[in-house]
Amino acid sequence: MIYFDHNATTPVDERVLEAMLPFFSSYYGNASSLYKAGRLTRSAINTAREQIAALAGASATQIIFTSGGTEANALALHTNNPRTQLAISAIEHPSITESALKLKQQGCPLEIISVDPHGLVDENAIDALQIRAPAIVSIMLANNETGCIQAVAKYTDKLRAVGAIVHTDAVQALGKIPVDFKQLGVQRMSISSHKIYGPKGCGALIVDDDTLIEPFLVGGDQEKGLRAGTENVAAIVGFGKAAELALAELSSRSEKLLALRLKLEAALVEIPNLTIFAQHQTRLPNTVQFGIAGIDGEMLLMQLDQKNIAVSSGSACASEGGQPSPVLTAMGIETTLAKSAIRVSLGKQNTETEIYQFITTLKALFLKTNLR
Amino acid sequence: MYLLDTLFSKTPSKSSDSMTKPIYLDYAATTPMAQQAVEAMLHCLTLEGEFANPASLQHGFGERAEKIVEQARFQIAQILNCKANDLVFTSGATESNNLAIKGMALSHQKRGKHIVTSASEHKSVLDTCKYLESQGFTVSFLRPDAQGVFSLQDVLQALTDETILVSLMHVNNETGVIQELETIAQALQERGIFFHVDAAQSAGKLPIDLSKTPIDLLSLSAHKFYGAKGVGCLYVRNRKKTALAPLLHGGGQEFGLRPGTLPTHQIVAMAIAFKIAHQRMAADFQHCQRLEQILIAQLHQLDGVCFNGNPQQKLPNILNVSFENVGADALIIALRDEVAIASGSACNTGAMEASHVLRAMGIEGDRLYGAVRMSFGRYTTEAEIIQAGQRICAEVTRLRQLALE
Repeated sequence: MIYFDHNATTPVDERVLEAMLPFFSSYYGNASSLYKAGRLTRSAINTAREQIAALAGASATQIIFTSGGTEANALALHTNNPRTQLAISAIEHPSITESALKLKQQGCPLEIISVDPHGLVDENAIDALQIRAPAIVSIMLANNETGCIQAVAKYTDKLRAVGAIVHTDAVQALGKIPVDFKQLGVQRMSISSHKIYGPKGCGALIVDDDTLIEPFLVGGDQEKGLRAGTENVAAIVGFGKAAELALAELSSRSEKLLALRLKLEAALVEIPNLTIFAQHQTRLPNTVQFGIAGIDGEMLLMQLDQKNIAVSSGSACASEGGQPSPVLTAMGIETTLAKSAIRVSLGKQNTETEIYQFITTLKALFLKTNLR
Repeated sequence: MYLLDTLFSKTPSKSSDSMTKPIYLDYAATTPMAQQAVEAMLHCLTLEGEFANPASLQHGFGERAEKIVEQARFQIAQILNCKANDLVFTSGATESNNLAIKGMALSHQKRGKHIVTSASEHKSVLDTCKYLESQGFTVSFLRPDAQGVFSLQDVLQALTDETILVSLMHVNNETGVIQELETIAQALQERGIFFHVDAAQSAGKLPIDLSKTPIDLLSLSAHKFYGAKGVGCLYVRNRKKTALAPLLHGGGQEFGLRPGTLPTHQIVAMAIAFKIAHQRMAADFQHCQRLEQILIAQLHQLDGVCFNGNPQQKLPNILNVSFENVGADALIIALRDEVAIASGSACNTGAMEASHVLRAMGIEGDRLYGAVRMSFGRYTTEAEIIQAGQRICAEVTRLRQLALE
């Protein structure tokens, strides 16, 4: 069994699980309660806040816990003011794109920032934005499909100068490359636990000015009233531990992942008609997405699955449908090539042997005619 | 592997522990997890288990995760007697309540902009309704009788031609008072008005049969019935007709009603915890009844004790008590290292406000400001209740004396 789909989700690290265990059963107070058990869980949540803040270059008080990246993204964009102008890049996660489209239906003007064929946000498109406050601009830090890293920090001053609130979806970047909320200069940033070897069901929005946040889950004073609902203590503790480990192991993990990816890419480029998307861009060390002209990607995925190799075409949040990836389409990749896309996203427990097994299997599959 | 034995041996009943570990009487705020639910959870987290994204249907890892999520959905549906696809997983009852009320208001506002709820609902319902008021909706907040109960008449009188939704809780989280739903549900169905029920406190404790009671939307929360925090669900009858508008967008999970990666481990644990709660419903109920009787008898040794909420129509696991001349805050803080009790909902944190539930019941003055909630459950022992009762009586007496000095 080879698991190469870490951008969809990661297994929980054993050390993370151990940190979570006591919170399933021993310390079961509601964190919003005054008594001792409640205080213990509250202090565990605050520790997690510190751990996550350290990894993300933010301060603990800037963290609003949510049920995950999708909710964090929704909260980042949410507004009741239909005059708010929105601008998002053309390669955002569906949770940003769909939230923005919904807000557009409610009257918010929406502009889409185009990307170049390499997956990079077009600087001219940023300059051409016709926005003034109130406005929210969202540009993802690293793309979930191509792994392409955007120069978000380069745009923030410009955008803030015209009064926009700048948000970045850092769900895929966190734990893989250094992420620094303050240096990026954004006002809002989404992160998620289950992409960094923490549990599912937990994420956070980091905000520099929470008075500007318009909550959409109401009915409780948790998270300063910005996100109601009993805190998911065990998951928050797990997220915190995962963040602590990611920070401590950031360089060793990314060095290892990059070495594996380069080995993989060296073998991939030998395959005729194979294109690595965003090949010459700075990408996440663990991610490579490629297409092979004339190949049916879905069929290839199925065949790889039969060989117990788990890869994907792109976002798990957009599986099913048979449409080419909107990310690749936005990059101007031709439809048939986009439909052949395979994304390999490596994780910290993957090995060189697995890379070679994958390559061998892939090459063997190409010899079969039914993929063409 | 994870030394579960040592984890679960820390039962608070052991006398050696009793000095260090406070007695937990706040089950209505949250419950510890059932051991089987924790064990099930552990199989869905690490590389050896079903850790994959249930939406990753392009490979076997994801398919297996999806399969166990669907099994869990089916198990919960069986107990509620509804279709599996009528259940939408959420992050908990707060989100379920927000989704149900905002979602119905948004999609049916052309038909009318009036909503009926009660003044004694959970804050997640009240605040959602207040938000809708700011968006041009009209909301009628029913007042319960002095015992915390509504009659069918109360509900019917509040209805107008504009009413699209009625939202009431099944069991009140502060008093444990049970609201009879059957006749209200029938009457609303006849009038074509949608009915949402917040069943966070009743699920797993009272039978709910959705094939018999015409409820359109029902909110559940796992951590109130020995499942994990961070997960719940919303039952949505007839998705076409209810046409609920989602709060979150993008991803397509949960029929588009609630996108976001599903927390497999929490969902699987929720199903197991719900199944156990269903199987043990009578036993848990009787156990709580016995504990309640003991506690009531003990508290009756004091003068000036008053129980809030209809004693004939409440769950035995929640006891709401006012002590004459003793402020709830003083009592809770004095006891907080020994007995964990609360003044009301944990969702109204720290802020020492008087209970809006009791206020709605017409309770005022000392009785209002002196009200505390004691709630217990499956793992509370008689010995703990007796010890807690003694501590509470002693502390009430001490605080009263202090007040006299």
